[in-house]
Amino acid sequence: MEKFKTVISRPAPLDSSNVDTDQIIPKQFLKRIERTGFGEFLFFDWRFNDDGTVNSKFILNETRFKDSEILLSQENFGCGSSREHAPWALRDYGFKVIISTSFADILFNNCFKNCILPVIVDEEMLDYFFNSTLNFEDYELRVDLENMVLSDNKKFSHNLDIDPYRRKCLLEGLDDIALTLVHEKKITIYENELSE
Amino acid sequence: MRPKTLFDKIWNKHIVHEEEGKPTLLYIDLHLVHEVTSPQAFEGLREAGRRIRRTDKTFATMDHNVPTIDRHNIKDPISLQQIETLASNCKEFEVELFDLASPYQGIVHVIGPEQGLTRPGSTIVCGDSHTSTHGAFGALAFGIGTSEVEHVMSTQCLWQNKPKTFEVRVDGKRPKGVTAKDIILSIIGEIGTAGATGYVIEYTGEAIRSLSMEQRMTICNMSIEAGARAGMISPDKTTIDYLRDKPRIKLEENLDTLMKEWLELASEEGASFDKTLILDASKIAPQVSWGTSPGMVTGVNNKVPNPKNIEDPVKRKSIEDALNYMGLEADTSIEDIKIDTVFIGSCTNGRIEDLIAASKIIEGNKVSASVKAIVVPGSQVVKYQAEKLGIDKIFKDAGFEWRESGCSMCLAMNPDKLSPGERAASTSNRNFEGRQGKGGRTHLVSPTMAAAAAIKGRFTDVRLYDIDLGEY
Repeated sequence: MEKFKTVISRPAPLDSSNVDTDQIIPKQFLKRIERTGFGEFLFFDWRFNDDGTVNSKFILNETRFKDSEILLSQENFGCGSSREHAPWALRDYGFKVIISTSFADILFNNCFKNCILPVIVDEEMLDYFFNSTLNFEDYELRVDLENMVLSDNKKFSHNLDIDPYRRKCLLEGLDDIALTLVHEKKITIYENELSE
Repeated sequence: MRPKTLFDKIWNKHIVHEEEGKPTLLYIDLHLVHEVTSPQAFEGLREAGRRIRRTDKTFATMDHNVPTIDRHNIKDPISLQQIETLASNCKEFEVELFDLASPYQGIVHVIGPEQGLTRPGSTIVCGDSHTSTHGAFGALAFGIGTSEVEHVMSTQCLWQNKPKTFEVRVDGKRPKGVTAKDIILSIIGEIGTAGATGYVIEYTGEAIRSLSMEQRMTICNMSIEAGARAGMISPDKTTIDYLRDKPRIKLEENLDTLMKEWLELASEEGASFDKTLILDASKIAPQVSWGTSPGMVTGVNNKVPNPKNIEDPVKRKSIEDALNYMGLEADTSIEDIKIDTVFIGSCTNGRIEDLIAASKIIEGNKVSASVKAIVVPGSQVVKYQAEKLGIDKIFKDAGFEWRESGCSMCLAMNPDKLSPGERAASTSNRNFEGRQGKGGRTHLVSPTMAAAAAIKGRFTDVRLYDIDLGEY
């Protein structure tokens, strides 16, 4: 996996709660057998009109949020299916950080496998980010996982609370399977005891 | 010694490696695989030159993509490629596959229990969030992403942070006409779609104990819709009686010992949970979802909510958005909502008891002229059982289409989907925007409520039908 580096970007404000994986990547795009190329289908039914033209009313289609690498969303982001196509689409589109008040369990987990950092903040902080990015043209958030700091180009700064093991995996781009195979002897012992 | 929960016992028994400050390496007893979330995992194995560690603990089926009419003639080339890819991957990696030619093919969460692959006390994973279904047997079962599918294939283990435990106790007796689906929908309505995030739910109480295994599966199936990692029910005599004659279980030499061990897994008297919710089953009415999230649900005699009465701005906006998408006015009576389509099936409600109950409501009636109605059995075995009982005939005589098994319109990856604006009464599990087809409007209900809606062309209180549904 690639290593997670510090992200500096104007956050894109997606003002919806319970954004589910069917919205993130609609089922008609789950039939591909590759891991790549899902970005163009991200939020497909919201980004595009029925006739295939770009839905100019959808927030991510606004020029000022086009190159965002940070996504803001309301509570329970990523609920629904376990499809890893959701983080594949988010990452391929360009999002490296997702900030919300809460995440669905499976998506939260899947993000870490795909070099995306999900950040949980409280409601007040999330409101502040939504308002700032909508109101200040030069607004930027900085996500520094190395030093565990979330800050902006105003005066805001906040210490991140991320599981240390997950942080290490993201920063070093560690391959989970290789890490597990270090314990292969223990797996074999477990299996032998099981069959007795 | 401190009394233990079912979850504690399963977790402790599956620890392979533990270390301060890290997740736990847990052993996985059963890995179920389907065509949509596995191709990239097999590809990963190939790229790394790895094999599947335990092919004897890995089973595959094709369910998400399969057509329910003329299933051996798949017209969508991308669906066909995904199905063929699974077949060739299973051959290359020596995984047992229940393919379209198999008399045991079906939705992965229907066939696991049916074949006796699902066992109490085991850890079960699948690249599908409704893996929680298997928790009905007293297993720890949850959905995983494709990276984890590859991880389990290579190592038969998973890194897991220990979840907290949540007891949802449903006391009392269900009123007649109120099903397991209504219980779980009202639980989700009560705690919300993130109400159990970070927790494993154990369902307890008289109303849960009195449910059959198939109904318990309906409950555990939708645990994920409340945000839970998993849902589970302690094994008891009902569990043992269901499993006794299942194909992969009945030939076990030490079956009596096994069953005794399974019963001992039950949560002990006085075991403590991190959180508890108590509900009274006698107060639950048949449920109908009105919005775009499974927590947006109410009793059939109630009205669609009015966002004007909601103070919290985030909640108000989500209700406004939902009503807008659903094409519903605030304060509309549920029983005034007309429907275009009825779908009976899915891993939530596509088992034989579901079809029997729905057929009892249907028998002697006709599907409303304005409604298109389909029944999709959860597996080929369910289809065969139903046809043996003559249930297919009851449905067909009433005007239902009788289909082949698969996930079908629950997620509309196959040709069965809603058109924009089309409104469905569906026995499935998700009413997300576009879930059953772009622009489609889904109302989640029980199979008997769906059957009654098919006849009337609108939602109606199934309790008004004076029909003996037995223990359903």
